[in-house]
Amino acid sequence: MLQLQNVHAGYGNVQVLRALSLTAKAGEVTCVMGRNGAGKSTMLRTIMGQIRASAGSITLNGTPIHGLPAHEVPRHGIGYVPQGRRLFSELTVAQNIEIGLMTRKKGAATRDHVLSLFPRLRERLSQRASTLSGGEQQMLAIARALCLEPAVLLLDEPTEGLQPSMITLIRETLLALKSTGVATVLVEQRVDAVLAMADQIAFITAGTVAETIPAKGLSHTASQFQKYVGI
Amino acid sequence: MDFGPYLLLALMEGTVMAAVLALTAVGLSLVFGVMRVVNVAHGEFLMLGAVLAWFVTHYVPGPPVVGFAVALVVCPLIVGGIAALSDTLILKRLNYDPEATIVATIGLSYIFQQAALSFYGPDARPVEAPFNLRIQFPWFGYSGYKIAVVLAAIVILLAIWLLMTRTRAGLIMRATQLDRDTARAFGINVDRVYAAVFALGAGLAAIAAVLIVPIQQAHYLMGHDPLLLSFIVVIIGGLGSLRGTLLAAVVIGLSDGVISVFFSPTLAKILATLLVAMVLVFRPQGLFGAKP
Ligand SMILES: Nc1ncnc2c1ncn2[C@@H]1O[C@H](COP(=O)(O)OP(=O)(O)OP(=O)(O)O)[C@@H](O)[C@H]1O
Ligand SMILES: [Mg+2]
Repeated sequence: MLQLQNVHAGYGNVQVLRALSLTAKAGEVTCVMGRNGAGKSTMLRTIMGQIRASAGSITLNGTPIHGLPAHEVPRHGIGYVPQGRRLFSELTVAQNIEIGLMTRKKGAATRDHVLSLFPRLRERLSQRASTLSGGEQQMLAIARALCLEPAVLLLDEPTEGLQPSMITLIRETLLALKSTGVATVLVEQRVDAVLAMADQIAFITAGTVAETIPAKGLSHTASQFQKYVGI
Repeated sequence: MDFGPYLLLALMEGTVMAAVLALTAVGLSLVFGVMRVVNVAHGEFLMLGAVLAWFVTHYVPGPPVVGFAVALVVCPLIVGGIAALSDTLILKRLNYDPEATIVATIGLSYIFQQAALSFYGPDARPVEAPFNLRIQFPWFGYSGYKIAVVLAAIVILLAIWLLMTRTRAGLIMRATQLDRDTARAFGINVDRVYAAVFALGAGLAAIAAVLIVPIQQAHYLMGHDPLLLSFIVVIIGGLGSLRGTLLAAVVIGLSDGVISVFFSPTLAKILATLLVAMVLVFRPQGLFGAKP
């Protein structure tokens, strides 16, 4: 379980996150919604230790991780799929996977399992990441994060700019992961995708979680979507 | 001597120059490529390597080859250590800000120079070559040591290439170069990579220094020319491109050798600088650098 309590963080002296609290449980998908600039990506980067929380706490199964150097956070089993994918573009698919595996010293078994989820990547192992299609790049970004065999998976708008069939594939992958007990935090702007995957939805506005609601039984027309996302 | 043999001699001198220059410039290029740091102190790392080589060969007893072998191992390690320390104590604290690191490495270069002046003195001192072998060509005799320098440089550059392309350490360095935040998100200790790369870059300059010092003597101001030429090479080759750096080192080294022999060393430097100006005007990313 990943828990953020009253987290404050920002860039230089610009405060972005203000007393943000969020809990992501194992085996659940927590969707995070909010307008552009609300602080969704900043929250994920703070969890990853790329931005230091100036106050509050972030714990993983009770262990505080907010003071750790950024490179130690993933070693605790937090996989990260950043916004815009951030692949190692000049490296090959195989090398991107290898870096994922190195993070927690995983071996061939993990590699095989991850590649079996994305057969198209297996066909393109020696291709440079920058030459993949947008959808394949997103698969690789997810595959790279899964190489950690993460207990917590953070995804920042993974379906941005993808066509429906690719979105379906990603959704199925995430739902399968959920059944293995992974705690997923998914930043997602599409209401239909959120409703298809989420166990709970956290709405962020002005750097804080204003409301968290269970997703079960929620309709497209729920007032929160209008209020916090403007859809 | 006839023109043919004379040209051959000039090319051989140029090859020695190119070999040493390639070692030095690859160190500079590696540091810029991975860390985005323009290391103005790079020439002084070379100078430190040379001065240390003098001390080591002077104080290690036995035949010259023993002292030289010790120097070849010890000097790059010491210089690499100094570089790693400079990185951790200074560059890291500046957050690797591009402008601040330029100023900081200028400062470092003065510190190293003055330290060398204080502890080593203003004299140029020779270091004996590890062996004295003259290879007799039909037209002239040539220093076997210089040929050994070229071979050594090729072996070391090959090792660097293998390190960067075939090993896990190389993969980590390249990932850090491409995206340091994401590298951290995959468990790469970027601070340690930076210290190691800065040490490696300086170590390469120190190896070049140990190789060159039996030919050139050790002097506390000897870092200037290699720094200038390394920058020329790295700009022509394309900042951060190892392949470009190597090719440019060969071009600059050979032409420097030939022009120096037939005309004058000054003309060689003038032409090299002119070439840099042309590259900057017509192909600012360098001949092998990626388009920005
Ligand atoms: N590197 C940075 N330096 C300074 N301010 C930043 C930086 N990155 C983001 N910000 C600011 O922090 C705020 C939150 O940005 P963030 O990227 O977290 O938003 P977001 O909710 O992910 O938006 P989007 O939906 O557009 O991805 C914005 O006002 C943004 O301008
Ligand atoms: Mg964002």
